[in-house]
Amino acid sequence: MRNLKLIIQREYLARVRNKTFIIMTFLSPLILIGMFALIAYLSMLNSSEQRIIGLYDETQMFTSEFKDQKEVQYLDLSGKSLEEAKKMVNEQEYYGLIYIPSNIGKDLEGIQFFGNESPGLGTIQAIEKTIADRLTRKELIERGIDVDQLNNARTEVRIEIQNFSGEQTSKMSNYIKMFFGGAAGYLLMMFIIIYGNMVMRSVIEEKTNRIIEIIVSSVKPIQLMLGKVLGTSLAGITQFSIWVLLAGVLASLSFYILGIDVFTVQKSQLGTVEQIAQPEIAQLMVDILNLPILSLVIFFLIYFIGGYFLYSAIYAAIGAAVDSETDTQQFMFPVILPLMLGIYVGFFSVIENPHGSISTIFSMIPLTSPIVMLMRIPFGVPWWELAISIAILIVTNFAVVWLAAKIYRVGILMYGKKASYKELFKWLKY
Amino acid sequence: MENLLVAENIYKQFGNFTALNNVSIAIPRGSIFGLLGPNGAGKTTLLRIINQITMPDRGQVYLDGKPLQPGDVAHIGYLPEERGLYKSMRVGEQALYLARLKGLSKTEAEERLKYWFDRLQIEGWWNKKIQELSKGMAQKIQFIITVLHQPKLLIFDEPFSGFDPVNAGLIKNEILQLKEEGATILFSTHRMDSVEELCDYMALIHQSNKLLDGKVSEIKRAYKSNTYEVGLESENNMVLLNDLKEKFVVGNTNFKSINDDLKVTIQLNNRETPNQLLEYLIEKARVNHFVEVIPSVNDIFIKTVTQNA
Repeated sequence: MRNLKLIIQREYLARVRNKTFIIMTFLSPLILIGMFALIAYLSMLNSSEQRIIGLYDETQMFTSEFKDQKEVQYLDLSGKSLEEAKKMVNEQEYYGLIYIPSNIGKDLEGIQFFGNESPGLGTIQAIEKTIADRLTRKELIERGIDVDQLNNARTEVRIEIQNFSGEQTSKMSNYIKMFFGGAAGYLLMMFIIIYGNMVMRSVIEEKTNRIIEIIVSSVKPIQLMLGKVLGTSLAGITQFSIWVLLAGVLASLSFYILGIDVFTVQKSQLGTVEQIAQPEIAQLMVDILNLPILSLVIFFLIYFIGGYFLYSAIYAAIGAAVDSETDTQQFMFPVILPLMLGIYVGFFSVIENPHGSISTIFSMIPLTSPIVMLMRIPFGVPWWELAISIAILIVTNFAVVWLAAKIYRVGILMYGKKASYKELFKWLKY
Repeated sequence: MENLLVAENIYKQFGNFTALNNVSIAIPRGSIFGLLGPNGAGKTTLLRIINQITMPDRGQVYLDGKPLQPGDVAHIGYLPEERGLYKSMRVGEQALYLARLKGLSKTEAEERLKYWFDRLQIEGWWNKKIQELSKGMAQKIQFIITVLHQPKLLIFDEPFSGFDPVNAGLIKNEILQLKEEGATILFSTHRMDSVEELCDYMALIHQSNKLLDGKVSEIKRAYKSNTYEVGLESENNMVLLNDLKEKFVVGNTNFKSINDDLKVTIQLNNRETPNQLLEYLIEKARVNHFVEVIPSVNDIFIKTVTQNA
């Protein structure tokens, strides 16, 4: 026990004192924020570019319908011949030319768009909608329906989603749940891969250093393996805590700026929020506050520890089985595969149907459960499902650590032998 | 208790390969015991079993008469053949860590490290990283770590193979001094000269079997063939040689001499004594050189191994 503590301490300090660790801990949130800012800036830049689209409307029915907008400017070229118009659009490098022939009927065939590059889907949809609206209005008038009255009669429907415990949610909050669940699952996968790799590299380092022989003459190999896995996981928790803390500071800062009092807005007091100047953003913030953030963080830690333990035991066994990092390739794929599967199941199945059978099954299988379950948690998972999933994870952990320790024990003292799966299987029986 | 460490009928198999086949050794307290054998004989496996790194399939190891316990690692110091240290860790920190893993308290470890750093004159290295040290320097640190917790039993696996000559000499003296201080030392090697020089006892392992063990002097006595190397000066060496050949088993030999000697080995049978040989020789010639041929450990090694091949 005393030795385990010493090993954990050394491993923890070795990780935390590492320059890359320090840099990554404080730099990666900045990089992330910077990346978001860059994406936002670029998409702004993209849409702020003004396009000129020529309009050649033989019917003269739609010319007034195409109104200039921020990004698109329409230029009526109907005065010229079609050939001239095309030539002009081409020479002036306009975005394109809409051609509406005079003989369009109800089937609306024959409308064409000329352009050097194929136009974006959004642009085409906007054009189609403009024309369709105009025609619909014309039809309505022809049938003697008052368009204004029709517009007045149109009602906005907003379904309020409410769960049985009385919490109101909006459609927006579903997106937020997806975002947070997805982010947590993705982060967990990254943590498992990054920290699992750290464990593996450290095992390989000890093996190639040959310090391993000195250490195993003092401690049992399983102690060393556990100490390494635990010490490294503490470094991971340290990093995660720093990030949560930073995110907390940033979030409360933005709440403060937006004028939401975190302590008065507790459970869905939508009424108070609507008075605020920017109701959409404020609603977003309230939705975020309504997320089970605390339980998300707690379960993140539980599943991080469980999932990380499972995988890093495997990583440690791989590290022990090889002589250098280049030999690890053949073993890496089967490790990465379930992680990727978890992410894909999460993104495709959980978002579609968070409590469907696929999502539920994958949140029970221990190799994928940490990721899939984390993605489900924001949508509310019954406690017994969580209990079963965690119980399975813990039991599997014991089994895998036991097996990995057997491979580890043999592997660390084995040099120059190229390990195959067959070889590893033999080691289990030594 | 005469023997500090006894290994009884140790049997170990890796897959289909038998690494040790019922090997037994007994190491008397306060002695230097040499474990000899060609590469791949099973020496390192035996040392690992004594260090409880590997478990034997059958057999038992006793330390101080009691079966080996996990806590006994505190009484054993092991310098493996393949040895290394954490490259990016500081010397002092690393030595402290490894010493504490052996059960020393922090203050105790610090005190003793100071003593040893002083003894080997490396006081200035405490805050250096291993990667800044040369290989020889790192070896000194490894040696200190091995002996720091004052173990009863010191185990060195090929202790001189990695050391440069200066360090090898230094370590050899330290080993002898540790023996003076009461430690029992087991070392494995395939270098026979070091056994000759240092060991009181030895065991010979070949192809997983122990072929031979005991006190080095007794083994040599058992292996000597009653042969004497002589340098004789006479009127006619050729006549003398023929006379000798008629009476004894004579062999060729060579040694340094300032005289114009006839240099031969003479093997006696069991009934003849060296005194009788001398009496005979004195009558025939002037005896400049008369030495009993004692087999070297190397000779014994080669003889035993080829006999059992």
